[in-house]
Amino acid sequence: MQGYGNGKLYQHVLQSMMLVTTGFLVSSSLGILLGILMGANKKIEAFVNPIFLTLRPIPPLAWIPLAIVWLGLGNSAKVMVIYVAAFVPAVINSFTGVRSIEMPQREAAAMLGISRFAYYREVLIPGALPLIFTGLRLSLQASWTTLVAAELVGATLGLGSILNQAAQDINPAMILVGMISVAISGWLMTQILAKAERYAMPWRA
Amino acid sequence: MAHRDRLNQGEFVLWTGLGIASFIGVWYLSVLLGFVPKQFLPAPHEVLLKFIHLINEPFSGYTLLAHIASSFQRFLYGFLLAVAIGIPLGLLMALSRFANQLITPFFESIRFVAPIAWVPFAALWFGTGIGGPVLVIFMGAFPPVLINTYRGAIHVDKKYLEAARMLGAGKLRLMTEVLFPAAIPSIIAGLRISAGLGWQSLVGAELIVASSGVGYMMVKGQASIQTDIVMSGMIAIGLIGLFIDVLLRQAEKFAVHYREI
Repeated sequence: MQGYGNGKLYQHVLQSMMLVTTGFLVSSSLGILLGILMGANKKIEAFVNPIFLTLRPIPPLAWIPLAIVWLGLGNSAKVMVIYVAAFVPAVINSFTGVRSIEMPQREAAAMLGISRFAYYREVLIPGALPLIFTGLRLSLQASWTTLVAAELVGATLGLGSILNQAAQDINPAMILVGMISVAISGWLMTQILAKAERYAMPWRA
Repeated sequence: MAHRDRLNQGEFVLWTGLGIASFIGVWYLSVLLGFVPKQFLPAPHEVLLKFIHLINEPFSGYTLLAHIASSFQRFLYGFLLAVAIGIPLGLLMALSRFANQLITPFFESIRFVAPIAWVPFAALWFGTGIGGPVLVIFMGAFPPVLINTYRGAIHVDKKYLEAARMLGAGKLRLMTEVLFPAAIPSIIAGLRISAGLGWQSLVGAELIVASSGVGYMMVKGQASIQTDIVMSGMIAIGLIGLFIDVLLRQAEKFAVHYREI
């Protein structure tokens, strides 16, 4: 078995998936945290919102050149770009999720003298969970697209680098292999996330 | 907690102001104290000056406005193509089960390919001028238009379809005069998503294959490590994205209004 463009197919797939998983997990967990805090506390919302609204219209792909200038062509630049891509949907949706919890539910919890910790754990987080997962799905999709683009711009290993190499070699068969691998890997990760969603919200299944 | 929920105006202004101030403050501080070399992180006002400067002064062949114009032109072609194919196809799928079963599997398998992954083929087939980027935008913008048109049209009350059919409307008239008007709100919501995705895909395409456009300008800035140019590009991209969204939001309002008449 011979590889193509610095590695065998499984190595490219693993490289890309590993990067996406790393960036996605770190970024979306911080994003969810920030979103929930913004949803629960108006001061934090007022503080963060202007920064967030300024950065939000910039699509994640537009961060790629900046990431390359700052961090070079290695893994860290890719993780930065994935981080940006996954962050925004995670924040917006968990914020909206918290806000979608109806007032009587919050008031009932407050009236029963719930502690702050239990308020987050029992009321805010479960209530926001459906929308949080919507956000996660968007985050994952954005991370994946952005990573492929970043690898197309410059990388030595990864699915995007196969596409890039194949385009330079004018090798349509290999381009197709790359595209199919991108599609299947993306699909696979979505399936894993859907599994996690069913596990986290058994009451919805 | 749940109760001190509302901020009064003074508090709101205070916290928002603090937010903006700390964002710009941290940026300035890290430049002034020399945490980051100036080359990698220019001060905010320098980026702004560069942005204004680029409007008049050509960089990598064109001025900023010319780059924006060529990006926008590509976007418009790709987006309009997606709309022109996506809407009729979506309506057709809603009307005819045969068309639906024919198109769905094909569409579903294509949808999972990230639009950006089309870049190599786009460059190979259509070159790097207009054709290549347009294909990439099309691939980004097409799915939401089709899906939303289909979903909007499938929820049309069967009574209307039956009534129109009974009055002798053909398939074409069913599509244009019953399904389409009923699906307009959903279609426009889809257009907003697809414009966003299309614009994003365009930026990606221009980073990789193009010889003009805002993305191309950013790549050139990146290659010569001119962070201020890269950041100016980001600002331009953000502004245009915002502009497109505002435009479609206006259309959405208009459509809702139109429906109520």
